[in-house]
Amino acid sequence: MSFPWAKNYEPVNPVMKFMDEKLPLPRLVYNAVGAGYPVPRNLSYWWNFGVLAGICLVLQIVTGVVLAMHYAANSGIAFDSVEHIMRDVNWGWLLRYMHANGASFFFLVIYIHIFRGFFYSSYKAPREMIWLLGVVIFLLTMATAFMGYVLPWGQMSFWGAKVITGLFSAIPLVGEPIQVWLLGGFAPDNAALNRFFSLHFMLPFVILGVVILHIWALHIPGSSNPTGVEVKQESDTVPFHPYYTAKDGFGLGVFLLIYFMYVFFFPNALGHPDNYIEANPLSTPAHIVPEWYFYPFYAILRAFTFDFIIPAKLWGVLAMFSAILVWFFLPWLDKSPVRSGHYRPMFRKFFWFGLIPCMAVLFYCGGAPAEEPYVMISQIATAYYFLHFLVILPIISSVERPEPLPFSITEAVLGSDDSAVIEPAAKAAE
Amino acid sequence: MASTGTADAHEAATEDGVRRRDFIEIAAVSAAGVGGLAALIPLISQMAPSADVLAESSTELDISTLEEGQSIKAVFRKQPVFVRHLTPAEIQAANDVDVSSLRDPQTLEERTEDGHHNILVVMGVCTHLGCVPLGAAEGENKGEYGGYFCPCHGSSYDTAARIRKGPAPKNLEVPTYEFTTDTTIVIG
Repeated sequence: MSFPWAKNYEPVNPVMKFMDEKLPLPRLVYNAVGAGYPVPRNLSYWWNFGVLAGICLVLQIVTGVVLAMHYAANSGIAFDSVEHIMRDVNWGWLLRYMHANGASFFFLVIYIHIFRGFFYSSYKAPREMIWLLGVVIFLLTMATAFMGYVLPWGQMSFWGAKVITGLFSAIPLVGEPIQVWLLGGFAPDNAALNRFFSLHFMLPFVILGVVILHIWALHIPGSSNPTGVEVKQESDTVPFHPYYTAKDGFGLGVFLLIYFMYVFFFPNALGHPDNYIEANPLSTPAHIVPEWYFYPFYAILRAFTFDFIIPAKLWGVLAMFSAILVWFFLPWLDKSPVRSGHYRPMFRKFFWFGLIPCMAVLFYCGGAPAEEPYVMISQIATAYYFLHFLVILPIISSVERPEPLPFSITEAVLGSDDSAVIEPAAKAAE
Repeated sequence: MASTGTADAHEAATEDGVRRRDFIEIAAVSAAGVGGLAALIPLISQMAPSADVLAESSTELDISTLEEGQSIKAVFRKQPVFVRHLTPAEIQAANDVDVSSLRDPQTLEERTEDGHHNILVVMGVCTHLGCVPLGAAEGENKGEYGGYFCPCHGSSYDTAARIRKGPAPKNLEVPTYEFTTDTTIVIG
């Protein structure tokens, strides 16, 4: 499960020796995130975001559990109980702003983590399972965030719940019964609010479980690195602790500075003012939008305005879910043997000038009103999005001529690697 | 320790090679499987609307004071219902339309009760993504077809609340209702 040169855990004091014999938990931690885990020596700051995502999850669980001690999941008093947290509960304003902004920052970190994976093809063998579990985590996080946004029972909560559960009504025949079953009524009400609270409390622990599987799967091949060349020898790696605990610690400090700048100075900048109006089933806000982190997918949903064999509404729903499900197939769509975008000239161009602008456009259109020219721009961007993954990536991987790779991580870092010279010579001698 | 005799009895196979133990295994696993599936029924069914939610599913309305050209917004199953007393001009406008040209072809006659074709009862829920359309209250935007207009994604409905323009796939839904007297309707 690890490289042969990984340091072995040797407890010194009797308590730790006792512990190691009965329940080797310290050994597990030592081998997972301690000196016992050898990591490529050349990881850039883009590799900080996995650890940051884990920290965000813990932050959300801790603030969420304490908020649940004061929140009331009842449609009659939910809105007031949130104001009670803001005004009356000791430090309630801080805990709630940390939780609400924490969700935004969690998604920011996850998106960077995912796009790091896109650029460095982190999904390729032997790391397919890590990628698949990562997509599962992303889907679970989206569901959790959506249900959490419903809990304050403001106008955006209510109409968001109505529109999103309304997506299921697009399914032929069984759609409307499914929507009624999901809501426990004919429109969002107390039954829906209660179950969303229950699931919003439970799902983060499911996410935590899948995160553990994600890390477990990661530790089998070990971390990827910016060259995409696999670890060959001890000089390619450094122990996780203290090298990357320090680097991750520094990254965490920067992250917390930016995060708390929002929590303290712009706590509502990422939210929507309509959600401070209590839910009213008889009046729709003029402009319904989801939270910013769903904009790209909301744009894809709304890009379908014409019936073609199946109704436009169903196309939109299918496209929105497919936009994420297509990630599951990435390990098999991109067949290039070279991982890192640094050595793939054509892939790199389509990443920076294709995928990234496409996502930026979808992001912008998802937050814009559903009118021209935004609808047509969303349609073009949606078409490119699917074209990129389903057509462009497979074609690039067969026609592209990658640049020469370094012999090893050591060579990439130091400019030369002694074993690069010795090894071919030894091979020739055989 | 089991005697060899008992062991033989357990291992004894019928002529076609089936042991008694095979039967017991299949029976036990089947019972556990069926029991497991049965346990899902309450877990899934509890999410469906509860008895008190279903009990709210009828609404009685008195429309004796509803003048021509007026609408009322009522609540049915916690969703808005629009009841409109159509003017002759609105009825005329609805009947002038070539029904076959509509996205969801229906005549005004089909969408209202016999003897009360001037009373239009529809759910105030846009068939696109469920927003509440404008047009029921005085002074609200009725859209370019003079009926209802959804501000979310721009769907326009005509005087018979039929979809004429925009992304909504269907006409505003007519709930099941009946006139219990000439001036009282019961929805649901």
